[in-house]
Amino acid sequence: MMRVTLLPRFEPRGRPSAAMSIASPLIALLLTALLAAALFVALGKDPWRGLSVFFIEPLSGWRPASEVLLKATPLALCALGLSLCYRSNIWNVGAEGQFLLGAIAAGGMALWIGGPQGALGSLAAGDGMFAALAGRPLQLPLVLLAGVAGGAAWAAITALLRDRCNANEILVSLMLVYVAQQLLGYLVFGPWKDPAGFNFPQTPTFAASTWLPPLMAGTRLHWGFVLALLAVPLFWFVLFRSWRGFQLDVSGQAPAAARYAGFSARRALWTALLISGGMAGLAGAMEVAGPLRQLTPHVSTGYGFTAIIVVFVGRLHPVGILLAAILLSMMLIGGEYAQSRLGLPGALTGVFQGSMLFMLLACDTLIHSRVRWRHARPVSS
Amino acid sequence: MNEIVLLLAAAIASGTPLVLAGLGLLVNEKAGVVNLGAEGMMLIAAVAGFATAFGTGSEMLALGAGALAGATAAAVFGLLVIGLNANQYAAGLALSLFGGGFSAFVGIGYVGRKLGDPAASLTGSIGHWLADLPVIGPLLFGQHPIVWLSLALTAAVAWLLYRTRAGLVLRAIGESPESAHALGYPVRLIRFAAVVTGGALCGVAGACLSVVYAPMWVEGLVAGRGWIALALTTFATWRPGRVLLGAWLFGGVTLLQFHLQAQGVAIASQLLAMLPYLATIVVLALISRNPAWIRANMPASLGRPFHAD
Amino acid sequence: MSEPTAARPGSPTPRLQLEGITRHYPGVKANDGIDLHVAAGEIHAVLGENGAGKSTLMKIIHGSVRPDAGTVRWDGEPVQLASPAMAQALGISMVYQHFSLFETLSVAENVWLGLPRGETLASVARRIEAMGASYDLAVDPGSPVHALSVGERQRVEIIRALLGAPRLLILDEPTSVLAPQAIDGLFATLRRLAAEGCSILYVSHKLDEIRALCDRCTVLRAGRVTGEVVPARETPASLSQLMIGTEPPPLTRTNVAPGQVALSVHALSMQGETVHGTPLEQVSLQVRTGEILGIAGVSGNGQQALLAALSGERTVDRTGDRAAIRLFDHPVGRLGPRERRRLGLHFVPEERLGRGAVPALGLDRNTLLTRDEGVGRGGCLRPDAMRALAQRLIERFGVRAEGPASAARSLSGGNLQKFIVGREIDAAPRVLVVAQPTWGVDVGAAALIRAELLALRERGAALLVVSEDLDELLTLCDRLQVIARGRLSPSLPIADASPARIGEWMSGLWPQAVMADAAAGAVPAAR
Repeated sequence: MMRVTLLPRFEPRGRPSAAMSIASPLIALLLTALLAAALFVALGKDPWRGLSVFFIEPLSGWRPASEVLLKATPLALCALGLSLCYRSNIWNVGAEGQFLLGAIAAGGMALWIGGPQGALGSLAAGDGMFAALAGRPLQLPLVLLAGVAGGAAWAAITALLRDRCNANEILVSLMLVYVAQQLLGYLVFGPWKDPAGFNFPQTPTFAASTWLPPLMAGTRLHWGFVLALLAVPLFWFVLFRSWRGFQLDVSGQAPAAARYAGFSARRALWTALLISGGMAGLAGAMEVAGPLRQLTPHVSTGYGFTAIIVVFVGRLHPVGILLAAILLSMMLIGGEYAQSRLGLPGALTGVFQGSMLFMLLACDTLIHSRVRWRHARPVSS
Repeated sequence: MNEIVLLLAAAIASGTPLVLAGLGLLVNEKAGVVNLGAEGMMLIAAVAGFATAFGTGSEMLALGAGALAGATAAAVFGLLVIGLNANQYAAGLALSLFGGGFSAFVGIGYVGRKLGDPAASLTGSIGHWLADLPVIGPLLFGQHPIVWLSLALTAAVAWLLYRTRAGLVLRAIGESPESAHALGYPVRLIRFAAVVTGGALCGVAGACLSVVYAPMWVEGLVAGRGWIALALTTFATWRPGRVLLGAWLFGGVTLLQFHLQAQGVAIASQLLAMLPYLATIVVLALISRNPAWIRANMPASLGRPFHAD
Repeated sequence: MSEPTAARPGSPTPRLQLEGITRHYPGVKANDGIDLHVAAGEIHAVLGENGAGKSTLMKIIHGSVRPDAGTVRWDGEPVQLASPAMAQALGISMVYQHFSLFETLSVAENVWLGLPRGETLASVARRIEAMGASYDLAVDPGSPVHALSVGERQRVEIIRALLGAPRLLILDEPTSVLAPQAIDGLFATLRRLAAEGCSILYVSHKLDEIRALCDRCTVLRAGRVTGEVVPARETPASLSQLMIGTEPPPLTRTNVAPGQVALSVHALSMQGETVHGTPLEQVSLQVRTGEILGIAGVSGNGQQALLAALSGERTVDRTGDRAAIRLFDHPVGRLGPRERRRLGLHFVPEERLGRGAVPALGLDRNTLLTRDEGVGRGGCLRPDAMRALAQRLIERFGVRAEGPASAARSLSGGNLQKFIVGREIDAAPRVLVVAQPTWGVDVGAAALIRAELLALRERGAALLVVSEDLDELLTLCDRLQVIARGRLSPSLPIADASPARIGEWMSGLWPQAVMADAAAGAVPAAR
């Protein structure tokens, strides 16, 4: 008697496959590309042209490539921080909010110490003593530090409520994204609005002394990218070669073992959330001190959410995260190209990113199991 | 007096999508599955519902389309989480991110469109004279039939969970899938069914937002209600009746901001718009403080995958 | 001694007949060509040590695991047991070693879930009471399972199995959760069931129980059948020979005079480990250097809370007395595991994977849980030092692993236990607290671990061993205390600890007068 099985059988492997762990994101990428091609056909576009817009054109030439790296910078920074959280089994999904608070804090600092350019307004308060105190070379570090502090403080709310009230960190950190968005809206529509801005919801442009200088003339790519590159080995060291990182890893993988060893779960919670909040805040600060140079309601294009995908595609490994950040950034740029060159909605990027994470999670099954397509031998009689 | 009644009636109307989604997620979680994709499912269903209403003019069909869309999205999640043992949190986040992008992509043509005359819809089907009764008129009979549906569903879910054998099986699986498997229950199948049911209810909630409550489509229309619904199951300590009350409470908070704005209160609209999210955080923190409340009803296997040997 | 496996001519068709059952797991052949016959109304033992393949075989018979090869016959007909539901439909019921009850549901609801549809909850409750009365298995159908003792839970499991009118009842190590006198009651029930025609498969590794209860016995070793015998005609030695091959050498112990008090607990009370866990009530004990104190008791009587309190995983809260636990001269009630380890107290937990070791990490990294060798200055890890330590433990304690980088979960239970016990012994602790030192471990590893514990005692360390295996405690310990419902009995020198007396104490019945002595810190009688 043969039974009919619709699904392939998954058989557990003796040990997780290291090769599959690396192959899985690549297979997921391939499947996403296939899906994308099918979608282009369905939309009546040439699939090769469509794929090239997403995966080739963003890297053709130094200028588009510099834009890819520009957008990869906040993604990589947010994702590096998040990887620490996810390794500790702390589900911070509010990097977007922490990014926005970093941007707000950095913007506030820039407006305060840099003084306004052009029209003076109520924002001139910082023009006095503090600005003098913070000499020009110190202004940029102060702006970036304010961003780190803003992001970390926003994450600290989540940590505090989880620590003191046992409130679910997923929901709290996510709700704080919406609060941060409204806060940013309030500031740029209200007290921080540029009086000379024709009533547009934006702050005055920051003083040049607070700008993050471009890495290369003629592009928007700034020194923040170098910082992100430096953060990769730093995080690698913290994750794999430091006693603290080991404690985080154990509290994530086996909480009972962490308790047995005497590693503090509270310390892991605070460390992971403060660092990831700080990283997201730094990303936000560099976004406003780098390419934007002012606050608008659209400071972020969902970097904090895309970073979640980056973490998983990057296998929670710093090097993987850097590569994944570049890949996801290409998809962001590709979405812009698809809009301008193919007349497709920019939301296509979101579809591809979401699908990619789905595909990845499905492919990850192969790390722990192998597929048996044939039905297992029936019990012979 | 009359104004308070109207306000309460409006709070119930605004809380109804949360009731539907909250009940759906409750069914999921009672079986031990957390679906963080609620926001995404609601967005996909909202677009599907709006498109159907736009095309057919039928609210019934639109809500049905929403349910179908939600169930389909949930089935994808279920395949990943139950079929392939993917991490529930990651898969749920994937669904929320995908739903955001997909709904924006599909819905681009519907932004700014208006639905047909609401008089032709279900609203007119219940006698208007009842709605003219004092107090209970607007509270009960002035409501859209979906409000009635949500009440009936609350009672049905409560009855199912606590008064039937099927509900007992569901709760047993949520507590210990291993034991249920040992007793011969098809754990994966039942969990999958619970996930799809939950998705369908989230779908009705999404369609209800875009077709009945708003009624319109814009990108990100759901605006975090999926996440609030997830928080609702915790507020309600996994009891259906408390989901209903909690949802109405949040409906009221959401409404309060519009009401205050309409009253000309001198607070920036953005600050008022924070209210529902802040309220969610505060209530979540207060309820979670008491571990006894949480543990008494929380399904013990919540979020844990089940591996049949 | 084993007969040919074909059905014997003239004998009636066996109720259950397994032929050539084989099941692989990655890296292991858990069952290798197993044959087994169970006649109607027969109590048939399956004997084997931990890891011999008993559990896998029972799961196959109960339909939750499918064999790779082999035939299952039921009343002579070949059957496919694809799910527990199919096995149940045939009349096969199982009572698990680790219960499959739902804590928050009532007894009646639990039983109801195990029965086919079509009966009301109220009628199930009535039948539970009737069954309880007729088989001496009384339990209140309305009470929630979390309020029941372990023995009562087993009754619920048995009632649930019996209400399905089984034709084959499988019991997996049923006495491991029972006090000695409760075992007699269980045996009486089982004999009566067998007399009524129900076949019983009795899985155990305890020779005397099998000799007392079972009609026939199939012995497994390393996944193969090594014999089918009539246990009443065998000696413990001959059964043991079949089960483990060669007997490990007996333990030797030398007399060590106990020294100063190393670990003392005075009138400690503490909440249970979980919502439904047993709290500790006024617990007092003392362990001296050079002695082993054993804590006997049926599981679920507060052992978890006691161990967590001793290890520092749980600390005395601000309202409590931090001197309720003392390590030599230090009050340690509020110190965590790391601080206590620095003062010389090490701990081996019961759960190896997930508590004693992180499953996915290598043995080298797992040394970092309790050892500082791998941590360098400034909090940098020293991979070489971790590797060297892991390699030393592998060699010193005969851990079979591919190397220091092998993931903890790739080791067998016995080898991982040797690694964990070795990791703590190698730290030269002044006090070692061990939970279930040889639980689920094969005979060779168990002998090695026990010998190492005795050697540590001879080096002057104080040891506290918590175990549910009374035989183990009787061979290892100098003194015993019994834990029952969160309270601790007075101390009993091992010479006075007869199983009958300990069994009585396990139900909480110990003389109060001796209690006062223990509270006053009476010195144990020298052996």
